[in-house]
Amino acid sequence: MDPLLELLQQNSNLSISDLSRLLGLPIAEIEQRIAEYEKNGVILAYQAVIDPEKLDADAVTAFIEVSIRPERGGGFDRLAQRIARFEEVKTCWLMSGGYDLAIMLEGRNLREIAHFVSEKLSTVEGVLSTATRFRLKTYKQNGVLLSQPLNGERLPITP
Amino acid sequence: MNPSDVSRFIAQQVATIPKSGIRDFFEVVQSMKDVISLGIGEPDYVTPWKIREAAIFALEKGRTGYTSNLGLPRLRQSIASYLARRFDLQYAPDKEVLVTVGVSEALDLALRAIVNPGDEIIYHEPSYVSYSPSIILAGGKPISVQTRAEHAFSLRAADLKAKITPRTKALVLSFPTNPTGGVLSPDELRAIAEVCTQNDLLVLSDEIYCELTYDGGQHLSLAGLPGMRDRTILLSGCSKSFAMTGFRLGYACAPNPIIEAMMKIHQYAIMCASIMSQEAAIEAFDNCAREVESMRSDYEQRRNFVVSRLNEIGLPCRSPKGTFYVFPDIRPTGLNSRDFCLGLLREHRVAVVPGSAFGESGEGFVRCCFATSLTKLREAMNRIEAYVAGISGLAGTDRRPNSSESHLAPTE
Repeated sequence: MDPLLELLQQNSNLSISDLSRLLGLPIAEIEQRIAEYEKNGVILAYQAVIDPEKLDADAVTAFIEVSIRPERGGGFDRLAQRIARFEEVKTCWLMSGGYDLAIMLEGRNLREIAHFVSEKLSTVEGVLSTATRFRLKTYKQNGVLLSQPLNGERLPITP
Repeated sequence: MNPSDVSRFIAQQVATIPKSGIRDFFEVVQSMKDVISLGIGEPDYVTPWKIREAAIFALEKGRTGYTSNLGLPRLRQSIASYLARRFDLQYAPDKEVLVTVGVSEALDLALRAIVNPGDEIIYHEPSYVSYSPSIILAGGKPISVQTRAEHAFSLRAADLKAKITPRTKALVLSFPTNPTGGVLSPDELRAIAEVCTQNDLLVLSDEIYCELTYDGGQHLSLAGLPGMRDRTILLSGCSKSFAMTGFRLGYACAPNPIIEAMMKIHQYAIMCASIMSQEAAIEAFDNCAREVESMRSDYEQRRNFVVSRLNEIGLPCRSPKGTFYVFPDIRPTGLNSRDFCLGLLREHRVAVVPGSAFGESGEGFVRCCFATSLTKLREAMNRIEAYVAGISGLAGTDRRPNSSESHLAPTE
């Protein structure tokens, strides 16, 4: 992967000036390449990685396996896109294997998720079945470990 | 002699060895709070999890005993395969590889195995702090040869030649070099090999930074040059390449008679390296190429950042082609390296190491380690910028820090 993208994927908060120094490239080139990545959709968005449990202890994340009926002409796409449009749905993938769509859902509480599954998701024409599983605890989020090791014993000066 | 003076028991040879210039500086740093330290000589990464996991698994399996004096056969095999794969070197794992407690032990063993009293051992300066004392402790006479900023701190064959006498037995070569980041081009390395062959010198080649080279440069091992294998002791280890400093795992590779001689000392003084570290090192050598490359490319980016900032600040700094150190020239400030470092530490709480700690020829430079987070590097560079700007404002006045005011006595 382009080192520029790797850097941004780790920390999209880096300034253009930092990126320019780190990569040894002129500022204008960095700006141009980022603009291109944004334009052609390689970079979709810049987001903060948030620890959901610290933010709201009641927040619920659900992982739902969904089986749907493919349609002539469109396969899974039309139905999948329809489901993905719901704001509660954070991630929506078409999967190989025993079911079709894997959906990550975020809600403020259990009732919100239950309501979404029974009222919105299951009632979509073409959804055949759902299996909902809940997150119990987060250990790693988007590549970030939630329990950082203590690293306070590093000597300040070594040869 | 005062009978109450316990130091009368200390061997003369040890008593006369100067204390490391880094040591007392370290004590000042430790007494201060909120210091950003660029004085560290180790990776800021925790050892890759794969490797730590292998050490844990070794403990779980009950692998807690002594190993063969030479090291676990399986590890020596891994080291030999790694050296063949990465650097095209061929060593027989059963008799030409010795596993040691860090490269420090390997260096000490090598020196003790080859030095007769009064033998001259040449090493290049500025250099890692232990070469000269280790040569003295082995009964040899250290002879330093300077490397210079204008040569990007590479060792010139002619400079080496000028130091050779009939008593010269060996050369300690360490490229890429701590603290300068200097490397040798293939031609420069060949020229040095030629001088060593002509003068029948043995070479102790400390290649601990072999994995940390930049700008597409690939480390070339001295032992791989034609005719050099039989006059080279290759010294290296896991600390820098795999971020395993605390595992204390190094190795030496050399023709069998030399390994046998080193092994004699090792078996009586150390017995063997810790088995947990040895088990972890197998994983490192066998399966961690990806982790090594990922750390290396991160270092390269941080090097770019630091070099760009230092030059902007007005401290001329070459872009080093190896290690994780930059060695900027602080002479434009008019200060010597010790005063520069003390002032920076006291006034702006950034620790860097005076170049003079690495030998006389390091004077006028300081060592900054860029193996630390970008956030810290950014802040450290801002502080150095403020410090240098302040000094320039004072230039020409009599308010410049004076070394006699320093509460640190010079160590040399």
